[in-house]
Amino acid sequence: MRDIALMYDSARRQSPFVEEFRSLLRYSELIRQLILRSIKTRYKRSILGIAWTMINPLLTMAVLTLVFSRLFQFPTRTYALHVLSGLLIWNFFAQTSLAAMGEMMWSGSLLGRIYVPKTAFAVGALGTGLVNLVLAVIPYLVISLLLGVIPPATLLLLPVPVLFTGLFTLGVGLALSSMVLYFQDIQPTYEILLAAWFYLTPVIYPVGLLPAGLAALLKWNPMFHYVELFRSTVLTGSLPGLASLTAQGLFGLAVFVLGWWIFTRRARDYAYQI
Amino acid sequence: MLIKSDQPVEKAVRSRAAAMVALEGVSVRYRLPIERVPTFKEFAIRWFQRRLSYRDLWALREVSFEVEPGEILGVVGPNGAGKSTLLKVIARVLHPSQGRVVTRGSIAPILELGGGFHPELTGRENVYLFGSLLGRTRSEMDAGFEEVVDFAELWDFIDAPLRTYSSGMQARLAFAVATAEFADVILVDEVLAVGDLRFQEKCLHRMNGYSDQGATILFVSHNPGTIERMCERALWLSNGTVKDLGSSDRVINAYTSALA
Ligand SMILES: Nc1ncnc2c1ncn2[C@@H]1O[C@H](COP(=O)(O)OP(=O)(O)OP(=O)(O)O)[C@@H](O)[C@H]1O
Ligand SMILES: [Mg+2]
Repeated sequence: MRDIALMYDSARRQSPFVEEFRSLLRYSELIRQLILRSIKTRYKRSILGIAWTMINPLLTMAVLTLVFSRLFQFPTRTYALHVLSGLLIWNFFAQTSLAAMGEMMWSGSLLGRIYVPKTAFAVGALGTGLVNLVLAVIPYLVISLLLGVIPPATLLLLPVPVLFTGLFTLGVGLALSSMVLYFQDIQPTYEILLAAWFYLTPVIYPVGLLPAGLAALLKWNPMFHYVELFRSTVLTGSLPGLASLTAQGLFGLAVFVLGWWIFTRRARDYAYQI
Repeated sequence: MLIKSDQPVEKAVRSRAAAMVALEGVSVRYRLPIERVPTFKEFAIRWFQRRLSYRDLWALREVSFEVEPGEILGVVGPNGAGKSTLLKVIARVLHPSQGRVVTRGSIAPILELGGGFHPELTGRENVYLFGSLLGRTRSEMDAGFEEVVDFAELWDFIDAPLRTYSSGMQARLAFAVATAEFADVILVDEVLAVGDLRFQEKCLHRMNGYSDQGATILFVSHNPGTIERMCERALWLSNGTVKDLGSSDRVINAYTSALA
């Protein structure tokens, strides 16, 4: 016998925060398909395909190293890896949070027609970001070895910074996605903001180069910590203390919870915006 | 047929637990800004100046009715009457602004198809993408794949990108995916108009088949002949309210003579 007791009752009071988790679990195949779609369409559009994911940061690294390693009086090798590791985690954050918004806009016309748990689009963007990050870490390790820098043992802890940054990124992506159907200028504005944010994060320059006052100010930038944490696991091996690590994890979790709350609170109204 | 609106909602729904779809005084309000505020900047300025004003558009007003298991209910009404809105509120796409919607069993919405496809992906990849948007699992989609392509008659094109499909071919693929599985409640919104005549017949045939297996169907169509043929009962929507609900012969007669 089929189960036809499955019931939808619009008057049932339920927390959208919790209900969304439950719905999303039932739609796990959708998340997988969204990730596949992003990766396949990217692959189909360019000749280099997946390889582009790996080559892009390498090119940026090469250019920056040529220009800046002298300027910062940094040994070329260390600087190259410093930039590359920073770019990997920064790109993961920037591209994922942007993609979350893009996916939400793509889904727009669809949300007016069929029911889908709407967090699936941001979660799918996160999944795509993770796949791309893993694909980019491989050439990083190769370059590192080629330059004669053996990655530290902390490399085994790589999932930790990725998890923390992922939570933070998903929270930001969800909060932005909740506005994107209402206002057209959210995405371009965020892109400008990202460009500024990039320079306030020690991706292409070493923190030590900054005057102490400015460095203290940058501590308020969450991405400062996540970039440094990622870099310490793959490059320097000097992890922050347990207290600092816990704080970074809890902060990521808090941003995720806040983003999820902001997004699901109004999720019911999104279909009215199409 | 209509449940009096002064009856407590709780009790009315429970007393008819057998209905597959029950609406209780359902109203849907679209909120339209009088001037469009497309940017956040403008929104912030206006909010600050308290100059945000909205016009309310009630697409459905106090709609109450029930659909019994296995029934095919036809829905008619002029453009803008609220037919599509009605199906959306049942499909859980729109949350009712007022009132209550209760449905039982699985729901297959076949509403103005077209979205959900990606032009760069192949037909095959799109079948899986669209299926997952409808909440299906991979094993369900694997099991039904051949049947979907058979029904859409698109074996020759299934590995070509979707942008190379004609709109009729896309509609056929979408319809084939959406109806690939039996559902307890099926909502059909004028989608049959896109395919050619032979395909329309095929779709109606499939609807009838599901109906014989016990599916409950809500069927929106601008074609009175189809409604009379398919449905025993029909609902006439006008300006967001139920103008008539009863045997399809009578309602269609009244509706067509009102148009004349
Ligand atoms: N997204 C929306 N935003 C604002 N108003 C809307 C929206 N969708 C529909 N409406 C309005 O709601 C009313 C009912 O629309 P609906 O699409 O349900 O009509 P319909 O009966 O399906 O018409 P048709 O026969 O043309 O398909 C219309 O007046 C329409 O302008
Ligand atoms: Mg319509």
